Amino acid sequence: MSLAPEQVKHIAMLARIGADEQELQAYSQSLSSILDLVDQLQAVDTNGIEPLANPLDATQRLRADQVSEPNQREQLQSVAPATAKGLFLVPKVIE
Amino acid sequence: MLNKTLTEQSQALAKGEVSSLELTQAYIQRINQLEPQVNAFISQTPEQALAQAKAADERRAKGDAHALTGIPLAHKDIFCTQGVRTSCGSKMLDNFIAPYNATVIERFNAVGAVSLGKTNLDEFAMGSSTESSFYGPTRNPWQLDRVPGGSSGGAAAAIAANFAAGATGTDTGGSIRQPAAFCGISGIKPTYGRVSRWGMIAYGSSLDQGGPMAKSCSDLALMLEVMASFDAKDSTSVDQPVPAYSQGLTQSIKGLRIGLPKEYFGEGLDPRIADQVQAAVKTLETQGAIIKEISLPLTHLAIPAYYIIAPAEASTNLSRYDGVKFGHRCDNPKDLQDLYLRTRQQGFGTEVKRRILIGTYALSAGYYDAYYRKAQQLRRMIKNDFAAALQEVDVIAGPATPNLPWTLGAKSQDPVAMYLEDLYTIAVNLAGLPGMSVPCGFVDGLPVGLQLIGNYFQEQQLLTLGHQYQLQSDWHLQQPELSTSGGN
Repeated sequence: MSLAPEQVKHIAMLARIGADEQELQAYSQSLSSILDLVDQLQAVDTNGIEPLANPLDATQRLRADQVSEPNQREQLQSVAPATAKGLFLVPKVIE
Repeated sequence: MLNKTLTEQSQALAKGEVSSLELTQAYIQRINQLEPQVNAFISQTPEQALAQAKAADERRAKGDAHALTGIPLAHKDIFCTQGVRTSCGSKMLDNFIAPYNATVIERFNAVGAVSLGKTNLDEFAMGSSTESSFYGPTRNPWQLDRVPGGSSGGAAAAIAANFAAGATGTDTGGSIRQPAAFCGISGIKPTYGRVSRWGMIAYGSSLDQGGPMAKSCSDLALMLEVMASFDAKDSTSVDQPVPAYSQGLTQSIKGLRIGLPKEYFGEGLDPRIADQVQAAVKTLETQGAIIKEISLPLTHLAIPAYYIIAPAEASTNLSRYDGVKFGHRCDNPKDLQDLYLRTRQQGFGTEVKRRILIGTYALSAGYYDAYYRKAQQLRRMIKNDFAAALQEVDVIAGPATPNLPWTLGAKSQDPVAMYLEDLYTIAVNLAGLPGMSVPCGFVDGLPVGLQLIGNYFQEQQLLTLGHQYQLQSDWHLQQPELSTSGGN
């Protein structure tokens, strides 16, 4: 299994990672060799095997729907790149 | 005192032979002298350490001491530490001062342990050599041109170099056990869910598990007693009582059944490592353990399954680094798309991007069943493999690594070659079992690790077995020679 730079470009866009031509070329090579490695799985018959998501087969523990945490907005926003009036700032999305 | 085990330091503190302040000052001095050769730390926190040491001495004077009160430790820079940079080895988090403490950190604070600083790791814990850190590689104190293993390479090197007697690590595919083996120390990855993941920066959430690293299994027991807990803040934390591990180490290992998987001694294993591991097994046998050959037939498929599951989870987890709420943001984004693309292009290193891309591909429309679902099915088969083996034996033993620590840069250009180095450790994470590495010899002056794998929540059995082995061997007490004059 190999991935062409064009395909890598598409995947990089899905992952929102910018990449120049040189990077796409390099990823195309290394990702293809990783896919060769993982393609060994395809030879195994897994019919009827239940996929395992949690090693202990545990399911999500739920808690009561009650407020348990104090508001820490100022503390948590202290590490944000840009805020104003308690909001996170991003470039204009809608003209 | 710096070449003593954590257990010995704890006893010396209890007897008043040394104060935490003296111990902490001595470590800070040694780190100042030798750290430039090793690069075990990303951030050092000497002022905080001295304040904690003073507080610990006062607490002890009041008669309120725990075994770890006043013990200087180092924390992998993947655990959030309030007020201290928590970088995870990434440019993305170079400016991130954690606004809260990980549960593991809170637990060590509660018993009055001292933190000397944050140790180096592969970026976002993705690697087996600590070379992919934004802060430069850590070097193996046994031979400074060799890698210390990874991703908890800074922690392992710090203990080997006597920068701390104990350290925290995390293990997603071998990241505690492999660096422990490479640096000649002991390290245990507990059962999945045993140690809280809250505040531990996520890589592969269904695989990640924190654990202690130290010189001896007795040290590990003392640390794991503190680290292990049920934590309502971690939805995969397991609510089971935590045994007093350090009290159970003297149990006899007579009659304990130890299985040697034939697949762990086959092609790819350095025969010199095999010899050391076999010698260690022989020692366990003379102590009364019963040795059996077993089989784990799917061993060769663990790495392929892991390199779907871990990157898939990583691509999901690392989507949070978007330049909006915390961490790196690119300059002058022209729109939101540009903000995401350039922030992530600049903030992540090559290996992290590679894994995000693989994971994104494996989860993308049309490929999900062929890759992700398939890998999860393999994961169950691998878990069943272990379950069958653990019907026959109590503990599985084998090498921790197929090869000795390699020279820096030797595998950096070939990701697959690096991945294959985790042959014996990765399946344990897929199954969620506890695994440990203890020093069992040297080849060409480089340490070799014996891996012991136990059943779910049988950490006590592993620690006891390791401790009994360490009563009969002194590999874990060997120390590398680091000279203050510098150079190799």
